[in-house]
Amino acid sequence: MIKTDILIIGAGPTGLFAVFEAGLLKMKCHLIDALPQAGGQCSEIYPKIPIYDIPGFPEILAGDLVDNLMEQIKPFEPGFTLGERAETIDKQEDGSFIVTTSKGTKHHAPVVVIAGGLGSFEPRKPPIPGIQKYEDNGVSYIIRDPEVYRDKKVVIAGGGDSALDWSIFLADVAKEVSLVHRRKDFRGALDSVEKVEELSKIGKINLITDAEVVDLKGEQKLEAVIIRHKDEARGEEEKQIDHFIPLFGLSPKLGPIGNWGLEIEKNAIKVDNAYDYQTNIPGIYAIGDVNTYKGKLKLILCGFHEAAIMCQSAYQRLNPDKKYVMKYTTVSGVNGFDGSKKEAKREVIKSIN
Amino acid sequence: MSDIKITIIDREGEAHTVDAPTDMNMNLMEIIRSYELAPEGTIGICGGMAMCASCQCYMLNLEHMLPEMSIEEEDMLDQAFLVEDNSRLSCQIRITHELNGLEIKIAPTTEE
Repeated sequence: MIKTDILIIGAGPTGLFAVFEAGLLKMKCHLIDALPQAGGQCSEIYPKIPIYDIPGFPEILAGDLVDNLMEQIKPFEPGFTLGERAETIDKQEDGSFIVTTSKGTKHHAPVVVIAGGLGSFEPRKPPIPGIQKYEDNGVSYIIRDPEVYRDKKVVIAGGGDSALDWSIFLADVAKEVSLVHRRKDFRGALDSVEKVEELSKIGKINLITDAEVVDLKGEQKLEAVIIRHKDEARGEEEKQIDHFIPLFGLSPKLGPIGNWGLEIEKNAIKVDNAYDYQTNIPGIYAIGDVNTYKGKLKLILCGFHEAAIMCQSAYQRLNPDKKYVMKYTTVSGVNGFDGSKKEAKREVIKSIN
Repeated sequence: MSDIKITIIDREGEAHTVDAPTDMNMNLMEIIRSYELAPEGTIGICGGMAMCASCQCYMLNLEHMLPEMSIEEEDMLDQAFLVEDNSRLSCQIRITHELNGLEIKIAPTTEE
């Protein structure tokens, strides 16, 4: 069981900055994120895109903003559970919470902060009729263990990096690899595109472009896919296979958090914006893009503000008897849990004789 | 008066003719969101960077008046589902006077 003061769900910019604000108040944080790396959308969707409305930064790449936040919160030694999705929350008798992830990791904290942005990133599923029937029964959206495909016939669909890279990888593992893509153009790294072209020429990858998988066949498990060619003369073909792996990137979904009994409006969590961004469940806060209230703006800078306010309220919750006034970092500096100390240089008084 | 009229058919099939300002640096996706013609969180997820395809629309007329597709838009549509020849990412279409009378249909969401 991982124990912490504040459990933050979502390691995007808002969740990361909350670690800093909590650290100033001597509260320890642990973050859970479904993605394998911190940074949320900034790392996953647009790391190389410049942002122009971070106060004090005329221009900063989203990826650099995440790197800076990680550096800023380092003294507060946050814990991370990455690549796992927060699934369930159980309120304990003492008012604290236990949050369990998709992999069964349990986290115990008196305060839970949802900074989940648009939700957890899940593989995008192609709208092929009846595809659910074959999930984990011939169809997978993620490759967990490539050995599953040894000596099997595999069809991969998609035109991005993961479709290219896995086609290359599985070319040496599977009995037969076909890559089906809607166009002739691929948008992956040039190296990968060239490698696929090369493997296709020597017959190690069966490249099927200008085509789409439109249907699946099989009684108990997947047995064949129907591939429709753009070229009407070629029409449709049925291909006997063992596995179909559609790789069309990730898209965010609110997911299990939607079933936690929180008040949801417009796919977002309603919070008390007159005070502390607490949800309808005391002890659970929601900050950043995941919350909603009158006048809500989904901006990183608003998430930062919400994080700071939330931490004041969380402090009161954790320390009901303590009096506290907010201190400026210019006055108190930053005292890390790792023993590090940052503060303004003091003037030296030295007499000159 | 710098508004134009645009007809938007929502995902339930209902047509809405709305005023769209040409002087606010807005795009079609933002018009759809401002009139709440698709639920928040199901459209314009990436914020308009041509990176998610949640704002895919079918262009029903004025195809010759539309701006050309960027490589980014073409690539993203390529990863999207239910793409037709008249599919565009509405976030990539700026509201200009030429688009007065435009008719579009919001593509179905493939998220269950």
